[in-house]
Amino acid sequence: MRDESLHPCNDQVPIISVRNLGTRFGRNWVLRNLDLEIERGEMVALVGGSGSGKTTLLRQIDGLLIPTEGEVRIFGESLFGGGILRERAIRRRFGVLFQQGALFSALNVYDNVAFPLRELKLLDEGMIHDLVMLKLAMVELLPQHAALMPAELSGGMIKRVSLARALALEPELLLLDEPTAGLDPDRSDSFVRLICGLGAELGLTVVFVTHDLDTLAALATKVAVLAEQRILAYGALREVMQMDHPFIHNFFHSERAARALNAAALTTKA
Amino acid sequence: MKPGRRFVRRAGIASTEQNGGAVATLSGTWTLAVVGREIDALNAELAALAKRAGTSWDCTGIEAFDSAGALLLWRTWGRRLPGAISLRPEHRRIFERLAAADQCPAPAGEPRLSYAWIRKLGDGAFKLQAHLVDFVALTGQVALNLVYLCRHPAELPRREISANLFKAGVRAMPVTALVGWLIGVVLSYLSSLQLRQFGADVFIINILGLGIIRELGPLLVAILIAGRTGSAMTAQLGVMRVTEEIDALNVMGVQRSLRLIFPKVAALAVVMPLLVVWTTAAALLGGMLAAQIQLDISAPFFFQTLPKAVPIGNVWIALSKGLVFGIAVALVACHFGMRVKPNTESLSANTTSSVVTAITVVILLDAVFAIVTRNVGLA
Ligand SMILES: Nc1ncnc2c1ncn2[C@@H]1O[C@H](COP(=O)(O)OP(=O)(O)OP(=O)(O)O)[C@@H](O)[C@H]1O
Ligand SMILES: [Mg+2]
Repeated sequence: MRDESLHPCNDQVPIISVRNLGTRFGRNWVLRNLDLEIERGEMVALVGGSGSGKTTLLRQIDGLLIPTEGEVRIFGESLFGGGILRERAIRRRFGVLFQQGALFSALNVYDNVAFPLRELKLLDEGMIHDLVMLKLAMVELLPQHAALMPAELSGGMIKRVSLARALALEPELLLLDEPTAGLDPDRSDSFVRLICGLGAELGLTVVFVTHDLDTLAALATKVAVLAEQRILAYGALREVMQMDHPFIHNFFHSERAARALNAAALTTKA
Repeated sequence: MKPGRRFVRRAGIASTEQNGGAVATLSGTWTLAVVGREIDALNAELAALAKRAGTSWDCTGIEAFDSAGALLLWRTWGRRLPGAISLRPEHRRIFERLAAADQCPAPAGEPRLSYAWIRKLGDGAFKLQAHLVDFVALTGQVALNLVYLCRHPAELPRREISANLFKAGVRAMPVTALVGWLIGVVLSYLSSLQLRQFGADVFIINILGLGIIRELGPLLVAILIAGRTGSAMTAQLGVMRVTEEIDALNVMGVQRSLRLIFPKVAALAVVMPLLVVWTTAAALLGGMLAAQIQLDISAPFFFQTLPKAVPIGNVWIALSKGLVFGIAVALVACHFGMRVKPNTESLSANTTSSVVTAITVVILLDAVFAIVTRNVGLA
């Protein structure tokens, strides 16, 4: 009856819930008293200044870093304490895109994307081949790129390959650390379209860190603002923009921001 | 679906007969996690249905669908949508993507060659040539650095040299002393067992003195340093290539051979003769101890006899061996370090090659020494 427990279908609990989280590096608290609850199907943009702890927060959500205090639940359960099989089953339900890509440097593009599929040990090579090619096509990579090594890729291509790898296991939840940094505007747009489409088809939940207001305005259904070591505001873009806080003011109400957000508003209306 | 209720997700297939043709009704969850578990059974069932002419497919009952589930159907349908199919619009998108991915032509693979081994042999020869050319270039570069530094002594990379002296020299002292001492004890013990049978006890001093000072000491140190310091040097340079640090140095106008390679070669050239003295001393002390216990040869007697048994020429040979071996190990380590490609596999392969090659080169050089100095120091 293990399968039952591996596929809990409790759709009602928040997909991510972070309670009273605190993180300390040495003597320095990076996060403190942080609360965040993310519902299924949301596209959450996590914004915050550089060095404010966005990557650190993501690393705690995906269980790479154990919080100094507080609790993180993902799909309603804690990653740890349920044994290794259970942890693996949970981990297979979310995909992670690292800020620096984190591709396996000894494997070529194809094998990087095929790696998680092979780890499943369920699919034959023909099926894996088709899935890998599909994922590569989804992130707009050409079949001839499949044989390249990570060191031979451009910065933006690294991002797209690691996105393809994160998508390989058809995750329910995607954690993306600056997915559009290093992409040209065209690719940024098609990335936004891809994620939007996947969200509609698969009911994907996405948490993404971004500094790019165009991406944020086009994709995010909710915005979480990380400042002063906690989530300062969490809600729809409009609500968050209304808050009166120096960081929010600088981030959303600068001239540049106004331009980007207006443009986005126009395109969504049209 | 009640909140919190758990149930087993399944991919369902049902077939019914309807005016002449079969109707396949698909339902449930068609996702990677689910179809993966029973992929063979599903494949067989789908194939049986697809084989019958005029089967119509009803996929509207599918609740969760992803590209793995879609791919399974796509493959049974022969990579196209069947004529009679009803499909939710959001699921149709997935098939459109599959069709689009099929449009991209697969890249042509490498053509298969008969006589692949000939090609391999040729590749190997070219590779060896490339290694030799690179190695000579590296050696020349270091020599040029030396000339340059003689003209501009202010640019001597003092910090790097001293850091390398410390890491390769001081830190290696305990392990080289220990190994030397143990080898000395073992050698002396085994030899004295033999010598006592012939009553040739005093010759233990000749054996130990000549064997350790001339051969074992320098060789032992060189092998230890190749494993310990050579591998570290290769790995360090290799990681610097992986993380593009060497490129960063280059764009800042820092000459990499002067800053990275020359200090390593210089440090090992200085430190190896010293380590040879240190290790040889430890080995002789060990040998002396064993000789005292086994053959009752006292320490003062051992010391007095040693200079008579071993001509001073041997010490010079040992020191020059140390110098040459040190330079060779450092050059080999740097050579392989600079060849690391920016991936982890290449890093590990080059580190291994560095150690193996360094030890081989040291032994070859030792043979050369044996030939060249055959008339020196053998009373
Ligand atoms: N392993 C670590 N040890 C010590 N300090 C760390 C560690 N990881 C992160 N920090 C510190 O935590 C803070 C937050 O880092 P983090 O990488 O989460 O920032 P970020 O919000 O992702 O920034 P950016 O937008 O620049 O990526 C920084 O001040 C960083 O120095
Ligand atoms: Mg970050």
